[in-house]
Amino acid sequence: MKKYDSQLFELVKKREIAPDIFDFTLKNGEIAKITMPGQFVHIAIPGMVLRRPISVCDVENDCIRIVFRIKGEGTRTLSQAKIGDKFDLLAPLGNGFKVEKGKTYAFVGGGIGVPPMLYSAKQADRAYAVLGFANKDAVILCDDFRAAGCETIVTTDDGSFGIHGFVTDALRDIIDKIDGVCACGPIPMLKAVAELCRENGKPCQVSLEERMGCGIGACLVCACKTKSGDGVEEYKHVCKNGPVFNAEEVVWNG
Amino acid sequence: MADLGVSICGVRLNNPLIAASGTFGFGREYSEFYPLEALGGISCKGITLQPRLGNPPPRIAEGKNGILNSVGLQNPGVDRFISEDLPWLSEQNTAVIANIAGNTVEDYCQMAEKLSDSAVDMIEMNISCPNVKHGGVAFGTSCESVGNITRAVRERCKKPLIVKLSPNVADIADIARSAEAEGADAVSLINTLTGMRIDIETGRPILKNNTGGMSGPAVFPVAVRMVWQVKNAVKIPVIGMGGISTWQDAAEMLIAGADALQIGTVLFNDPYAPIKICRGLSDFLDRKGLKSVAELTATIKPW
Repeated sequence: MKKYDSQLFELVKKREIAPDIFDFTLKNGEIAKITMPGQFVHIAIPGMVLRRPISVCDVENDCIRIVFRIKGEGTRTLSQAKIGDKFDLLAPLGNGFKVEKGKTYAFVGGGIGVPPMLYSAKQADRAYAVLGFANKDAVILCDDFRAAGCETIVTTDDGSFGIHGFVTDALRDIIDKIDGVCACGPIPMLKAVAELCRENGKPCQVSLEERMGCGIGACLVCACKTKSGDGVEEYKHVCKNGPVFNAEEVVWNG
Repeated sequence: MADLGVSICGVRLNNPLIAASGTFGFGREYSEFYPLEALGGISCKGITLQPRLGNPPPRIAEGKNGILNSVGLQNPGVDRFISEDLPWLSEQNTAVIANIAGNTVEDYCQMAEKLSDSAVDMIEMNISCPNVKHGGVAFGTSCESVGNITRAVRERCKKPLIVKLSPNVADIADIARSAEAEGADAVSLINTLTGMRIDIETGRPILKNNTGGMSGPAVFPVAVRMVWQVKNAVKIPVIGMGGISTWQDAAEMLIAGADALQIGTVLFNDPYAPIKICRGLSDFLDRKGLKSVAELTATIKPW
């Protein structure tokens, strides 16, 4: 059995769940079967030289679900796909969050960093979902996290929905009840979450993104600076060593 | 059925397609898709005398029909390549080409010596990397410096020596002649063209290195022209590369004058491209009544 492959997927369900944010369900049983929480897919988009890496939001039976935001030409083209269209996905790629049995985790997502947390949260025995958005219009997937059994807390930057504040404000309130944190979102948010975890002695895993080439660790472009226990710095690669890293090893301004 | 095998400097390749340096690592990641013997050879990620961290990210940007990269030769160093990667690679039934880069002529010479006693089949001297501050492309832009470094490395290299040429020069044919005159066994071209992309909202270059090396379909016509010019200038084998992404491109590059080919950027979009290109090329040779790739090389009929 291959660890990953480039294969065709069929778009079987599509919905715009917030302005410019799309929820796609793509069918390929062989790949869906081996896809783990926190991994990503690398999608070939007609007319683009490079594939686009997008995190797996969920896996159900023969299908992989991805939720992405239109960011440029590639994701715009992808958003215009029709049901029945076929896409070449290189998948599943990367390493996901390590979720241990019997422990309580907080799954912290910010904006388009929320979708990658869903499938991972489903693996935990006890989970909080702490989801942060810019405003009410940008709120996505809350019902999915609740349906997955997560105690779900939502924050918005402008207070138009849920708690007025950042995910760290909500995380601080529950930090004593959890054993670890898994997070994905903008770098300033991840830095703040990692700092809060460090202060409270909680292990923190973060999912990072970087402009990517091959997706499998051969071209070395998606570099992330890391530091080992003895202080030696090196560039690891988001596609192969990540996208999930222990927050302690990430050099945030690298 | 036509024979896709080619011979370069006495080394037999299963087919004319070599994975281009920097796009294929040391082969392991792609062996998940197919046995590496599907390739004629692998030009490994550029290695240096000492390990290198590489440049800060972002290291890649996209353009219409092309990409820019500025990896900056991140690699584990020649010693770890020989001890950790080469033993596995040399068992994959494909030619192994070590791609070497350095800050000084002596760096190149020392690496050539170390690799001369290893299992690599050929050495490709990268004097055309646009992404490092010292050495790299600086060695590759004048006939005099290309001649000097080729002569120095040739003396201490026991493997066939390929000199990889930069397109960022006034006359690439002159450079190729200098390499040939000083003992290069083959030339490969083109390395990337220097380029740049800028985020118009922030005014910042996409690449943290500001500039990078451009590759992909957009550079293909430039590469075809340069391969043609170099083939007319030298007698040693010419390995053509630059934006090849289909079997038609491969055929065109061979007709222009290439004895073998390298492919790189297309792999990011389609890891199976080498298999598809070989199949298409084989059918094309059959249709043209040609028995080998060599019969197609340099069959261009210029006006």
